[in-house]
Amino acid sequence: MATTYTLIASSTVGSGGVSSIDFNSIPSTYTDLKLVLSLRGNVASIDDYVNIRFNTSSGANYSNRYLQGDGSNSGAAASGSFTSQTYNYAFQISGGNSTASTFGNVELYIPNYLSSTNKPSLSFGAAETNGTVFNNRQIALNAGLWNQTAAITSINLSVGSSTLWVQYSSAYLYGISNA
Amino acid sequence: MPTKVIVDCSTGETSIVELTAEEIAELEASRIAAEDQRQAAEVEAAAKAEAKAALLDKLGITEDEAKLLLS
Repeated sequence: MATTYTLIASSTVGSGGVSSIDFNSIPSTYTDLKLVLSLRGNVASIDDYVNIRFNTSSGANYSNRYLQGDGSNSGAAASGSFTSQTYNYAFQISGGNSTASTFGNVELYIPNYLSSTNKPSLSFGAAETNGTVFNNRQIALNAGLWNQTAAITSINLSVGSSTLWVQYSSAYLYGISNA
Repeated sequence: MPTKVIVDCSTGETSIVELTAEEIAELEASRIAAEDQRQAAEVEAAAKAEAKAALLDKLGITEDEAKLLLS
C-alpha cells in the first residue's frame, strides 16, 4: 500500500514560549499539505487565533470566510468574512483564560500547494468548552484563500491576540500524496 | 525579545531566532486590529441582547416562548 500521508516536520514549543512557528523549505514532492496544530496563547481571553502566512507573503493577499459556534448561548453562532488581509487565519485556539493546560486544536488543509493558481485552504478548530464568558468561541470552520500563484514553500504560524504560543504548543506538518 | 522557532523541512533542523522589529510591529498592529474588532463585536452583541430583551418584555413572553412561536 502506498504511503500517502507523511510527516514532513514538527515542532513543540519549549519553556518561555515563542511568537511564531515557521516551516521553511517545504519539499515539493507531495500533492497536498496538512497542518495539525495544538496551540495555546497567553492573551487574557478564552480564545485566540493563528495568523498564517505563506512564503512570507505580507501583501493584502488573503481572504477568509468563517463560521464559529459560540459557547455562551446554546445554538448561538457567528459568521463573517475578511478580504484583502495581510494574513490568513485559523480559529479556534485556547487563550490564557481557558482552563489550565488545555490547548485549542486546529487542522488546516491546503490542497494543491504546488499549483500555479490561487491557494485555497480549509481549517477546522475546536477549543475547550468549560468557559461561559462572552466571545467564548469553541468551534470554527474557516475557508481561506491566498491569491498568489507561487508554490508554497514556507508557512508561518504567528500569534493572533497573544504575544506567545506557550510551552507544549505544537505544530505538525504533513505531506499528502495522491498515490 | 520575542522569538520564533524555524523548522527547516529539508534538514529537520530547528532554530530559535529573535523577531525583527518589522515582524514585531506587524504582529502588534494585527493584535490591535483584532482587539478593536472584538470590542466592536461585544458592543454589537450587547446592544442586540438588550433590544431582544426589551422586545420580549414588550410582548410579555419569554425567550423559550418566542422560540416556540418561530419553530
